[in-house]
Amino acid sequence: MYSGEHMGKTISEKIIGEHAGKEVSAGDIVVAGVDVTAVQDGTGPLAVQQLRKINLVEAKNPNRTILFIDHAAPSPNRDLSNAHNILRQFAKDTGVILSEVGEGVCHQRLVESYVKPGDILIGADSHTCTSGALGAFSTGMGSTDVAIGIALGKTWLRVPETFKINVTGKFQKGVYAKDLILHIIGMIGADGATYKALEFSGETIQNMTMSERFTLTNMAVEAGAKTGLVESDEVTRRYLKEMGREDEFRPIIADEDAVYERIIDIDASAIEPVISAPHTVDNVKSIKDLAGTKVDQVFIGTCTNGRLDDLEIAASVLKGKQRHPDTRLIVTPASKQVYIQAMEKGYIQTLVEAGAAVMAPGCGPCVGVHQGILANDEVCIATQNRNFKGRMGNPDSYIYLSSPATAAAAAVAGEIIDPREVL
Amino acid sequence: MKEPINGKAWKFGDDISTDLIAPGRYFHLRTNLPELAKHVLEDADPEFPSNVNPGDFVVAGRNFGLGSSREHAPTIIKLAGVNAVLAKSFARIFYRNAINVGLPVLICDTDKVDEGDELEVDLSAGIIKDITKGIEITFNPLPDVMIRILNDGGLASHIEKHGDFKLED
Repeated sequence: MYSGEHMGKTISEKIIGEHAGKEVSAGDIVVAGVDVTAVQDGTGPLAVQQLRKINLVEAKNPNRTILFIDHAAPSPNRDLSNAHNILRQFAKDTGVILSEVGEGVCHQRLVESYVKPGDILIGADSHTCTSGALGAFSTGMGSTDVAIGIALGKTWLRVPETFKINVTGKFQKGVYAKDLILHIIGMIGADGATYKALEFSGETIQNMTMSERFTLTNMAVEAGAKTGLVESDEVTRRYLKEMGREDEFRPIIADEDAVYERIIDIDASAIEPVISAPHTVDNVKSIKDLAGTKVDQVFIGTCTNGRLDDLEIAASVLKGKQRHPDTRLIVTPASKQVYIQAMEKGYIQTLVEAGAAVMAPGCGPCVGVHQGILANDEVCIATQNRNFKGRMGNPDSYIYLSSPATAAAAAVAGEIIDPREVL
Repeated sequence: MKEPINGKAWKFGDDISTDLIAPGRYFHLRTNLPELAKHVLEDADPEFPSNVNPGDFVVAGRNFGLGSSREHAPTIIKLAGVNAVLAKSFARIFYRNAINVGLPVLICDTDKVDEGDELEVDLSAGIIKDITKGIEITFNPLPDVMIRILNDGGLASHIEKHGDFKLED
């Protein structure tokens, strides 16, 4: 290509270019406006302290700046209660939005109420990439980066190269979006896409619900990626309509001749149920290699798989059954909205009858700070996105990651089994 | 940048996550960074927090700092007195956070460095000397943007000094 000639743009190049006020290509470093900024209770207090230190206690866009109390909510101890109050005070001082205890995980709340196609979102949480499924450029950063974004309404970005993940074919019974993304991470590795954007496309993705798409983009960071993206389409429009904000829809589409660093083709019909074994997310194994592993705790929830369809699948597996007597079952709806809908549909009733302990909407035990810390040598199978050593509060325990169907099946069996045996 | 800096190497493997650097069970100490720093990297090497000396180096394999966005991770490595982290590669958010808090992070081939080696690092010359082994290792220069932020003492100081991003002249 000659310089100056139009080159096809990826979704990232289009959105960042719009926010930088000029045409950009992968590798460029630009200062870009940000539409939405977010912190949570693990990262927000430090962000606030940084702003207070440099006397910049203000928010450029208070209506689209949200402080989420979700990681340790309700607070399990005095130190965290005090940390929460740092956020509450900052919200009072600046007029930004506070998402209180019980409202849900930041990423779920962001897609329900705050992020729209074409936006740039920076969030002080690594799974901020979740919102990319709406056709927004959303990426995780640290407290100081987001603090500056809150105050100035902009950030600096290196425009990422893009891997296009092209998925075709239908899932077999018992295989879900979670199995697909674990399969992809196992294939490319935990650092296989470092600094890159992942664009998920192809007929399988087009046929997915928004919830399934969020499961994919949520875990982009587990391959090292800066963000995960899906073009916005009629599914996106319907989702926004359901959330009462159809007017915020706009199509965000990559150019046909966009330049990709790598194109990965995947046949969805060839994928089997899989699990990430301890202690890295890319340690992906076929379920038959792990069948029979005894499970002490099952956790269904999180920004990865704590939505209505996830609870529906869990409830369908557990309906009329009981958790295994040696296996605890913890369920955490991702948001208040999910919780209410799951109650209306009867899923919560089913899960509680099956022996589940249902927690308030939030991150639940995923972060290792409360609500289900593992004992020494215990095994947990969870629908979350990380299984690092120590993740759930104890470095002497073992975390397996799976779909809600596989996790629910383990709750009944007391050990890892193929979910197709019970579906 | 500063003069060459000397210290001892603490060797770690691949995929050292932020859960190993700043464990979630100490979540409540995140507003008390000196206390949190007493546990830095303890799940990867229990000897590290009590025996690391100011000026030492953390030397690791691939994908150092993967996982959460917690800026507390590079902050407590710096608070422990570590001069710089050397690794074959870094996870993106950790890399950016390290520069933002003023901790140099150097991408280089760390295979030849062993635990306890005496290192001398010249940031501006781009050279690491392993004095114990008598070898030199080069590292990839940081992007200009990051050098500017690092030289200003981190991102908060950069913004305080310039009132805005000042990423080019």
